[in-house]
Amino acid sequence: MNYEFGLYVFMLSAFLGFELIRKVSPLLHTPLMSLTNAISAISVVGAIMISGEKDVPNLSRILGFIAIVSATTNLVSGYMITDRMLKMFKKREPAAK
Amino acid sequence: MSVFQFLYILAAAGFILALKWMSSPATARRGVLAGEAGMLLAVVGTLMRAEIFNYEWIAVGIVLGAIIGAPIAIFMPMTGVPQRTAISQACGALASALIGTAEYYKLHPHGFIMGALIVETLLGFVTVTASIMAWGKLQEVLPGRPVTYKGQFFINMAVLAAAIGTGIFLILNPEQAQFYPVFVILALTFGVFLILPIGGADMPTVIALLNSYAGLSACAMGFALDNKLLIIAGALDGSSGLILSIIMCKAMNRSFSNVLFGGFGQVQAAVHGTETRPVRSATPEEAAQILEMASTVVIIPGYGMAVAQAQHKIRELADALTKKGVDVKFAIHPVAGRMPGHMNVLLAEADVSYDKLIEMDDINPEMPNTDVVLVVGANDIVNPAAETDPTSPIAGMPILDAYKARTVMVIKRSMGVGFAGIDNDLYYRPNTLMLFGDAKAFTTSLVKELAAA
Repeated sequence: MNYEFGLYVFMLSAFLGFELIRKVSPLLHTPLMSLTNAISAISVVGAIMISGEKDVPNLSRILGFIAIVSATTNLVSGYMITDRMLKMFKKREPAAK
Repeated sequence: MSVFQFLYILAAAGFILALKWMSSPATARRGVLAGEAGMLLAVVGTLMRAEIFNYEWIAVGIVLGAIIGAPIAIFMPMTGVPQRTAISQACGALASALIGTAEYYKLHPHGFIMGALIVETLLGFVTVTASIMAWGKLQEVLPGRPVTYKGQFFINMAVLAAAIGTGIFLILNPEQAQFYPVFVILALTFGVFLILPIGGADMPTVIALLNSYAGLSACAMGFALDNKLLIIAGALDGSSGLILSIIMCKAMNRSFSNVLFGGFGQVQAAVHGTETRPVRSATPEEAAQILEMASTVVIIPGYGMAVAQAQHKIRELADALTKKGVDVKFAIHPVAGRMPGHMNVLLAEADVSYDKLIEMDDINPEMPNTDVVLVVGANDIVNPAAETDPTSPIAGMPILDAYKARTVMVIKRSMGVGFAGIDNDLYYRPNTLMLFGDAKAFTTSLVKELAAA
């Protein structure tokens, strides 16, 4: 019953996700979306598994390769632009009186 | 327990910390670092797995992806962030869909795994075309207005039902591989149809929803590959996208189905638009004088500010007024712009201190005591019809109460209607002054007038 365990993991992570995201200030909703978008590039793990296995049919290998390229594009641009955006959020100290 | 499993657990912790630290601007960059570390651990852990034999293709793929991805992140202007998110989502979803397809042709799995594969590829392929369509609308390669036709809802539902039906058939008969391409085409078609009726103003909801789909697709992949890390990361992303789209829907007082199938703004645009009620307008000189006399000014930015790239000039204006002792704040509506939080990013880019960016619920009580509200490229989010006219398409939508301020000034190109295609009563009020012109050009002249005064 390994799937049952998987479903528990899913349920707990979904609730955790709800609780964590609810606390994010609307100020940061755009970087938040970029970040979760980058995290969804976790599919690169599956892409590596498909491309790296022994004796994979050619079709699967090609699909796996395309998947690695597009998941990495998603991952790299996602993390980099999130950081670029967050760097801009600054609090300017009020001028000394 | 092998080493890679241990690294996967650390990676999951990294993703959770990433979201936790995103809660405040002070810790958010640490959050990105945690997310990056998590991803690195996930990739390294996967490469260490005993099943992996061929490293060449993987290395080439990762390098190629980085070469494509990095310039996008470095050179994309901040106004293009919604487009980048859409295209990045298309990439992630494509990866997920193709992995599912590869698994299917390799194994022809049965039972639960096949079910998970179908969910993964359905969500994946729908998100690919839907995200590309959303990109097209945001980039204005495609018309931003909703494309609607008679019976659209039923056609969309029929395509979706056919896709799900084929999917279920495949789950029951995984060997019938000739039906798999049919399933893929139906899913891709539904993605296109899904976005056709959606207008520019609804993009924040849709982008968030597609974000959720991409996450859930990765999550289903986790079930198919029996990989807990994928389940966790996918579920975090899925719930994040879902909660954001719910927030966006609430901010427009609309339901999901209304956003997805509403074809918002089609009918109303035809009815109004020819109205010729009198309005009062002002020159930059007059407007600058009024701003200077004020003690409190609230600036309300909208998508028009992004289009005109006026955020830097707006910040100069705010600085000039602050120097003259005026208290300047920015009021941010949750759905202003084309993605959640779009205005905050643009103003942060222009170096506006983030403690001046005030959320709707916090600024509205201050509106009656505000001397001047300056609306820049926003329309529906300040339309009092949402509160006063129950027949309006935006009735019940929470708005920024600009009309309660002593004076309202609206920078606008012309008297054209907004993205929802609804006439705005605010423009005809006695305390409203229209400042006709391009947002950037007009703000520039305001700054000049203030400097001269």
